Amino acid sequence: MSNMTLPFAPAEEAASSSYLDEGHTLASWLLTTDHKRIAILYTLSITVFFFIGGIAIGLVRLELISPTGWFLTSDEYNRAFTIHGIIMVWFFLVPSIPATMGNFILPLMIGAPDVAFPRLNLLSWYLYVIGAAFTVYVLLTGGVDTGWTFYPPYSSNFSHSAVVTAALGVFVVGFSSIATGVNFLATIHMLRAPGMTWFRLPLFAWSMYVVSMVMVLATPVLAMSLLLVSAERLFGLPIFDPRVGGDPLLFQHLFWFYSHPAVYIMILPAMGVVSEVIACFARRRVFGYVFMVYALLMIGVVGFMVWGHHMFVAGQSPFANLIFSFLSFIVAVPSAIKVFNWTATLYRGQIGFEAPMLYALGFIGLFTIGGLTGLFLASVPIDIATTDSYFVVAHFHTIMVGGSVSAFMAGIHYWWPKVTGKIYHEFIAQIAAITMFLGFNLTFLPQFVMGWLGMPRRYHIYPEVFQIWHVLSSGGAVILAVAYLLPLGYLGWSLINGDSAGDNPWEATGLEWQTSSPPPKQNFLRPPRVTSAPYQYHEFGRAREEGEPTRVEGQGRAP
Amino acid sequence: MTTLARAVQEPWPDLRTQREAVGLGMWFFLASEVLFFAALFCSYAVYRSFNEEAFRTAAAHTKIVYGSINTVLLLTSSLTMTIALRAATVRLRRLTMICLGATAFLGIAFLVCKGLEYRSDILEHLVPGAGFPLSPPATEIFWGLYWIMTGVHAIHLTAGIGIVIVVMVLFGRGTVPVQGSTMEGVAIYWHFVDTVWIFLFPLIYLAGRS
Repeated sequence: MSNMTLPFAPAEEAASSSYLDEGHTLASWLLTTDHKRIAILYTLSITVFFFIGGIAIGLVRLELISPTGWFLTSDEYNRAFTIHGIIMVWFFLVPSIPATMGNFILPLMIGAPDVAFPRLNLLSWYLYVIGAAFTVYVLLTGGVDTGWTFYPPYSSNFSHSAVVTAALGVFVVGFSSIATGVNFLATIHMLRAPGMTWFRLPLFAWSMYVVSMVMVLATPVLAMSLLLVSAERLFGLPIFDPRVGGDPLLFQHLFWFYSHPAVYIMILPAMGVVSEVIACFARRRVFGYVFMVYALLMIGVVGFMVWGHHMFVAGQSPFANLIFSFLSFIVAVPSAIKVFNWTATLYRGQIGFEAPMLYALGFIGLFTIGGLTGLFLASVPIDIATTDSYFVVAHFHTIMVGGSVSAFMAGIHYWWPKVTGKIYHEFIAQIAAITMFLGFNLTFLPQFVMGWLGMPRRYHIYPEVFQIWHVLSSGGAVILAVAYLLPLGYLGWSLINGDSAGDNPWEATGLEWQTSSPPPKQNFLRPPRVTSAPYQYHEFGRAREEGEPTRVEGQGRAP
Repeated sequence: MTTLARAVQEPWPDLRTQREAVGLGMWFFLASEVLFFAALFCSYAVYRSFNEEAFRTAAAHTKIVYGSINTVLLLTSSLTMTIALRAATVRLRRLTMICLGATAFLGIAFLVCKGLEYRSDILEHLVPGAGFPLSPPATEIFWGLYWIMTGVHAIHLTAGIGIVIVVMVLFGRGTVPVQGSTMEGVAIYWHFVDTVWIFLFPLIYLAGRS
């Protein structure tokens, strides 16, 4: 047992010097350069935007229980789903895991005292909040009716809504995304603790690396496509205007060159979180670690080459359709590797069904459904039949909500004791996790069915035959809303009345668990040294069984 | 060595690592910038392949004299920037300041020249919209791209000049020592803006003059 994961001894000075005690004024939060506090700022702000986007979709689902529309005009309906799309994609899902858990956990996980550029990190939060708040203000006062995709020529020449100002806000938030990406890349390259080689990085750190690459390389193309649409709208520079020979399809190419990788910006961090959680609660090393890393990289790379599958019916050449279809099938290979490896990690594990694990298991199931229906849509003939139907809506919500949001919740629960030093009420959290899974499926399984039967997206007046499916879906949305509100209650309660969690309540092996909870401002009181690969749960368990005095005193309630 | 100690910032152990990190971060940012301009270059390439004749006609109306003067100005500014960086590394503070001043001056001269060029373009009504003098219609796409490409480049250059001036003030007051990591990032960014111009010049000024 001499090679046990023992990066360094535990911190002696416990909670007295946590990052939370470094100042209690508002200024100490708003001017902080501590990555942990910036992560908290992000968490609070994305939560606000999440619920604004949630209210918008609540209105949409309420409207849809009647086939004739009953309290929104078509124009208001268009604005409602646009608010939902813009907020959820750019102001919640894209920053969700990277900006919150990435900011908080990544430096701890690799044994760094902070991110590479702490002031840039704070700046990126300000860019995010200013851009997002500005756009939300525009959306709520004037509104945009183009959908979140801003397709010209409608957006450039015809829409009578605040396209340019909304696009400006998204543009600014894009810079926040790029700044975060640059920061994480430099952090992972330059600030790994001694002994933390590339193939000793936990999978969450790897997922942050790949997602930062994608953010840095994809976001600028979105910025340019929004700039071109705005230039056409404001100054009449006819870049996409077919009357002079411009091509609206070019916008779609540029837009999806960002927005398809953006899906991977949302799902790769989720995969990272789930890998951590599953290893911990199955008490197993992640099966096929090296393959998991290469799968992440491959998804990141191939993800840049599949954008054309959003344009199968848009007038792209059949040859391009064929290539994009093929490449889209290729993405399924690394995705399947990941699903199989998570499952294999569970095999013969000592599985605990704590709330983070329930969310993570839900992720695996929903990600599989989302991925398999993605294969339907990657196939040109099926996509032609189902384009712009609820089948597509259900597919991408299964990935983005069923996948990413489940993993977000898994991560929030898993690292909650580390971030706050408190333990939440486990049983209520388990109920919330199960409620979310059931609510999600009740919301979106009917959408798969009605989409397959021909219900198009973005219509609020529809044939009566679909009403039963819409009513079921809206009922599911109510359950889902409850599942999202529950954590606000019990997590908030744990802050006030929760028991102290101890440094490592899950007996996890990651470096972030080797410091006190909540961590001190400089993260580690002694510079960590890493001596082994991640996920040494086998050694941990064996040491416990043999009754050896485990040399991992830092890992909380070890016997 | 107090200035040197002041140059090292959290979370870096020493100045060398910090300089390396700033350089690395800047390169990652420039990778992002390359993709930003790539979207424009790609649009240009697509439309030129669709409308070869129109692009040739339209590009013949660009002002190559202004363009050439600007190329000289910008390439010279890269030289002064390089000298400034070298001087800063070996702590020749005065030389650094002079070269930074020259760089900012050349940058401003570029913008003035560009402004004059814009003025004569506008006098010839080379702005897409009603009263656009050229035909076929696709010439408007070239000029649309012209305004966006040169405009976006000019915004980047303006940002660069602003940063150079701020850095000079900081160096002048002694807030930041010259041998810190600041110059590294500034210089890489400046050269990038230059490099973009090297690609813009043939696309705009030479495309109609073969």
